[in-house]
Amino acid sequence: MQKMIKKYFALFALPTLIAFTVAFVVPFVLGIYLSFTEFTTVTDARWVGLDNYVKAFKDPDFLKALWFTAKFTVVSVVSINVLAFLLALLLTKKVLGTNVFRTIFFMPNLIGGIVLGYIWQLIINGILYQFDVTLTSDPKYGFWGLVVLMNWQLIGYMMIIYIAGIQNVPKEQLEAAKIDGATSGTILRKIILPLVMPSITICLFLTISNSFKLFDQNLALTAGAPSKQTTMLALDIFNTFYSKAGFEGVGQAKAVMFFIMVALIVVIQLGITRRREIEN
Amino acid sequence: MKKFNRVLSLLLVASLVFIAACGNNNDKNGGSTSSGGAESIYFLNFKPEIATVYEQIAKDYEAETGVKVKVVTAAAGTYETRLKSEMAKSEAPTIFQINGPIGYNAWKDYTLDLKDTKLYSYLSDPSLAVTDGDGVYGIPYVVEGYGIIYNNAIMENYFALPNKATGVSSMEEVNNFDTLKAVVEDMQANADALGIKGVFASTSLSAGEQWRWQTHLANIPLFYEFNDIGGYDSTVLAGLEADEIKFTYGNNFKNIFDLYINNSTVKPTLLGSKSVADSMAEFALGQAAMVQNGNWAWNQIAEVGGNVVNQEDIKFLPIYTGVAGEETQGLAIGTENYLAINSKASEAKQQASVAFLEWLFSSDKGKAYVTNDLGFIAPFNTFTDEEKPADPLAAEVMEWMNKDTTAVVWTFAAFPSEDFKNDFGDALLEYAQGSKTWEEVSAVVVESWKNEKAK
Repeated sequence: MQKMIKKYFALFALPTLIAFTVAFVVPFVLGIYLSFTEFTTVTDARWVGLDNYVKAFKDPDFLKALWFTAKFTVVSVVSINVLAFLLALLLTKKVLGTNVFRTIFFMPNLIGGIVLGYIWQLIINGILYQFDVTLTSDPKYGFWGLVVLMNWQLIGYMMIIYIAGIQNVPKEQLEAAKIDGATSGTILRKIILPLVMPSITICLFLTISNSFKLFDQNLALTAGAPSKQTTMLALDIFNTFYSKAGFEGVGQAKAVMFFIMVALIVVIQLGITRRREIEN
Repeated sequence: MKKFNRVLSLLLVASLVFIAACGNNNDKNGGSTSSGGAESIYFLNFKPEIATVYEQIAKDYEAETGVKVKVVTAAAGTYETRLKSEMAKSEAPTIFQINGPIGYNAWKDYTLDLKDTKLYSYLSDPSLAVTDGDGVYGIPYVVEGYGIIYNNAIMENYFALPNKATGVSSMEEVNNFDTLKAVVEDMQANADALGIKGVFASTSLSAGEQWRWQTHLANIPLFYEFNDIGGYDSTVLAGLEADEIKFTYGNNFKNIFDLYINNSTVKPTLLGSKSVADSMAEFALGQAAMVQNGNWAWNQIAEVGGNVVNQEDIKFLPIYTGVAGEETQGLAIGTENYLAINSKASEAKQQASVAFLEWLFSSDKGKAYVTNDLGFIAPFNTFTDEEKPADPLAAEVMEWMNKDTTAVVWTFAAFPSEDFKNDFGDALLEYAQGSKTWEEVSAVVVESWKNEKAK
């Protein structure tokens, strides 16, 4: 069997490889190439060198969006992970109906971003109407609206990952600690946290990259209003690409920088949290 | 391990089958389109509200001539997005739409010169076309008009009010901003007696719903500003040449905009959540007496369930802003819909595309579709006076065209970019919400024009 697999490896791997090339490698390389060109449609491009990157950096909207995104990411990553972890702790205790609660908390994750954005727009506007304001009245409403939305959507998912991690903590160690007289706070800090480090790595990775790349929810909830003050990076890139003739290349350049940024942040994060993981 | 291997090989085989299936599919598609050759053309439609009519037309045309017309409609507000991706395909649209000189600039590598076509010769006023040097690259296919749409039934109720504070007793007398303001403010004060929530339907300012203000209303002051610059054939040309604007008539814009937002169905601070559809629904349900929009809005009014507005009560009023001599100002009439032919399509397809358009705008069958189903006021000399659309707003537009008034030219064809309009709209939203003063709005408009022109 093993030999067979070796023999036919190339043949079997080929379809997947082709799919990967067509759906990922080609668009990716083409995307990088296009960021150095001026084009209307992707098939007719004219080389302009670094021009697009210069324009992108000169664009105040881009830097504003970067700052807004960074703030959003910090707030939502912290809140999502803390809340998800607490929920996971709660739902691994022997409480009646944990399964029902797990399912309910997980469900928001099954709804698409655009739909979620519009639902929350209705909810938040419904409340703000009482005070004669709307989501667009002040950028801070949009900011916190996005944070709430993102929490609501991602907490359930992260919770499931944390639950899996917590359930993997060996019962013997917990019992031994208890017999040695460790308080539940100590158990949490010295035993559970170090042992769920792999889950934390994954959850941080998912929340950071998702918050940074947020697009649908941003578009549906505020679309950047008022005056682009709640525009996140992905939306800014989209707007650059489509709302100005001749700026397609600049949008592309922004997208390439965006990719490098996200990749860098995530790699650093993975490096840091990986080091803290211990072999179980 | 053995089990894992089995699963793995199963997966790989499955993906192989999947890929093969995809490949097959592609072949099929490729086969049918390439064998179609010149016998198939592709029209990317701009107007979602009449998409089904176009499909019917395509079916009829194919039955008559054997040429297959593929009609694809872009969802509202996504035409440029759609066009960009469709144009990159090997089966690109052969007929598409540009929105005037600025749109032509973005697509000039793709537009065919149409000066020798019959279609161009059909134009009742050839100067309407988008031209560049000797070439003709965009043919307008519909003339539209916008202004303040009002419900005459509510106006009659107002004129009959015993305690009205103005001396105005018919809409004929409303021919300048001051009169309009007096009437509107008095109506707002008597809103309960008139059974309305507000005089104007909500001024929709949510994202993507601002075009009635940052494009159409913005057109009025800039039309006057460019009109003051001498030496150009039209305000559009003057606007295209202007690297900077002064927004001289900005206060006139403020006049009417203030009137809209302060005498409305909703408070100004809530406008950020309102859409055009909300606004048209308020008008159709009789909650508002007036709404700024164009003749294309008739469908939207007619389709609202529980519509209480009678067809014969719907009338147009020009947008008065307090400019001297505006008593003779008419509706804003023009077009932003120009048909272009893809110059990168094959010669045969180009011919077939032109033939289709000529059929649509000159054969009896085609013209019947245009007048009755598409509801276009077509700017072609192939249409007789009887062949005009019957909906009340289109009829009103034609009536205003024949009145002794000067139409406001659609000068927004000269606006530098979508970004300029969006900056304008965003500033208006902040003004309505009270977070920007009018001076700041003016500054944004002037600044944004300059920046967008410099790019």
